Amino acid sequence: MANRKLMKGNEAICYGAVAAGCDAFFGYPITPQNEIPELMSTLMPANNAVFLQAESEVSAINMVYGAASAGKRAMTSSSSPGISLKQEGISYIAGAELPCVIVNVQRGGPGLGNTQAGQADYFQTVKGGGHGDYKVLTLAPWSAQECYEFMPLAFDLADQYRGPVAILMDAIIGQMLEAVELHGDFPSIDRSKTWAVTGTRGRAHNVINSLWIDVNVMEELNIRLQARYRTAERDEVRYAEYQVDDADLVLVAYGCPARVCRTVVDLARQEGLKVGLFRPITLYPFPTARIAEIAKSGSQFMAVEMSCGQMVEDVKLAVNGAAEVLFYGRTGGVVPTPTEVFNFVVEYGVSSCAADKRA
Amino acid sequence: MKKVFERPKALTQAEFSYCPGCGHSIIHRMIAEVMDELNITDSTIGVCPVGCAVFMYDYMSCDMIEAAHGRAPAVATGVKRVLPDSFVWAYQGDGDLASIGTAEIIHAAARGEKISVIFINNTTYGMTGGQMAPTTLVGQRASTCPAGRDPDKTGYPLRICEMLATLDGPSYLARVTPTSPAGLVKTKGSITRAFQNQLDGISFSLVEVLSNCPTHWRMTPIESFKWIDENMVPVYPLGVFVDR
Ligand SMILES: Cc1ncc(C[n+]2csc(CCOP(=O)(O)OP(=O)(O)O)c2C)c(N)n1
Ligand code: SF4
Repeated sequence: MANRKLMKGNEAICYGAVAAGCDAFFGYPITPQNEIPELMSTLMPANNAVFLQAESEVSAINMVYGAASAGKRAMTSSSSPGISLKQEGISYIAGAELPCVIVNVQRGGPGLGNTQAGQADYFQTVKGGGHGDYKVLTLAPWSAQECYEFMPLAFDLADQYRGPVAILMDAIIGQMLEAVELHGDFPSIDRSKTWAVTGTRGRAHNVINSLWIDVNVMEELNIRLQARYRTAERDEVRYAEYQVDDADLVLVAYGCPARVCRTVVDLARQEGLKVGLFRPITLYPFPTARIAEIAKSGSQFMAVEMSCGQMVEDVKLAVNGAAEVLFYGRTGGVVPTPTEVFNFVVEYGVSSCAADKRA
Repeated sequence: MKKVFERPKALTQAEFSYCPGCGHSIIHRMIAEVMDELNITDSTIGVCPVGCAVFMYDYMSCDMIEAAHGRAPAVATGVKRVLPDSFVWAYQGDGDLASIGTAEIIHAAARGEKISVIFINNTTYGMTGGQMAPTTLVGQRASTCPAGRDPDKTGYPLRICEMLATLDGPSYLARVTPTSPAGLVKTKGSITRAFQNQLDGISFSLVEVLSNCPTHWRMTPIESFKWIDENMVPVYPLGVFVDR
């Protein structure tokens, strides 16, 4: 009998980290993710793992860099302003080909913003964020259960692709209480790391580095990274669909807005409007091919985000002119209500024939 | 015949890329000698800085990590926390440690992190072309203060050992300089002491080495050593600041 518990998404992240065999957590307080370092401060030592509150997000990500260099499963968590500070370290981690997991419980921005839910770090997360030609594999949970499930997945992807993996959440997903099945049933992958610095003990020395003075060697690293990203784009795309097959209008949303949109789909269907929900689970790699396929069947799209329109650009790239792509967003910490999204769908979203049916 | 001088095993065969007479070469060799003597090379993870010593990973035969500018103490902390039985040192210049990385060094020291830090104070940013550093002396010329450091505009040199000595975390803090035979012996003794403290599981230790940059100081190596003794030592007094 699995262990079912009521908890916040942030807490589920911690139990997921333990299930993943996380060896070390380094963080710095920032709302709305404080439950993570707070719970990790007891969960990590209880599982013979390291917890350390760093002096800043800059230090936290560099401690992750150190622990990951030693071949351990290391993570950090933060919220938008703190994630901005981590970008230098994330770029180094990508350059040095180190696995790690970074949780971002996004809040309203820019600047200090506020502690309410936001999704305006999408570009920063999936387009690179720091300097250089790198990508961060990004998972977007929409429930506390997925917060739990995605941590072992994130660590596996990090090990497999030797790079940073992001869990992109928002304040609602982090704070919302839900029942979580702590089943502990996760596949185990090969975690041996022959490149790690652990002390030579007889072997030749290992070096963790992101400096390549020879431009051709530097280019080779970039080509190697890009090859990995192509593999991830082929093998790691994840998404979920709800009433998409016959939809005239497909809402595209992740995290909290995806939950809002699920309600919108139900409201619309009650009114006879063929609306569906497409929920990207991997934001990078983005489910481009599947969206393109849906576009060919004649559906319209509407991205719904808690930003001024970021993911919508990837939807447009996927659709590539084959269908109309609309956008509805609230930002600055405002969460869209199902009613306002539904009204927008009715006013602008469904094709005239569907609207006629409704009339 | 008895061998009285050989290349330390903790050094690789790679040739140093430092300018002739640069203190980095002297201190690299000294660290390697101490690692040999303490027999710790195969359990050591060294963390090198951004600065002229950035290629240190090519020179040391132990496992090495190249850290971001100023972040070596945080990186070393990450390693030491997950591998408490390994030996971890960080090597940093004054731009790296005393400017961009002040937060990291102060907090690693305050935590009493069980790492050893070798701090090369050469009063300048060697790698980027001899700009003013936080440790540049008042009146000293640098490429971003060609008329000499003006305290009215740019303040005063940072004394790292004295600053860290206010904390309870460090177990050993010393400032040394290898400008004389006696200084060389003291420098090596301090590095040994700092390393031994970590091996004994005590706490954070740091050795500040007053070093030179003949290239950007526009001096011969011998002139530069004299300049350290005459100009740096009065501002940065030598000695042991914490030993517990
Ligand atoms: C974030 C960042 N800022 C600036 C630089 C450029 N930079 C490289 S080395 C260096 C200064 C090094 O000076 P110091 O630490 O005193 O070492 P030295 O070269 O004198 O040994 C700077 C500013 C960098 N690499 N990264
Ligand atoms: S520039 Fe200065 S610090 Fe750098 S290697 Fe040359 S002499 Fe040494």
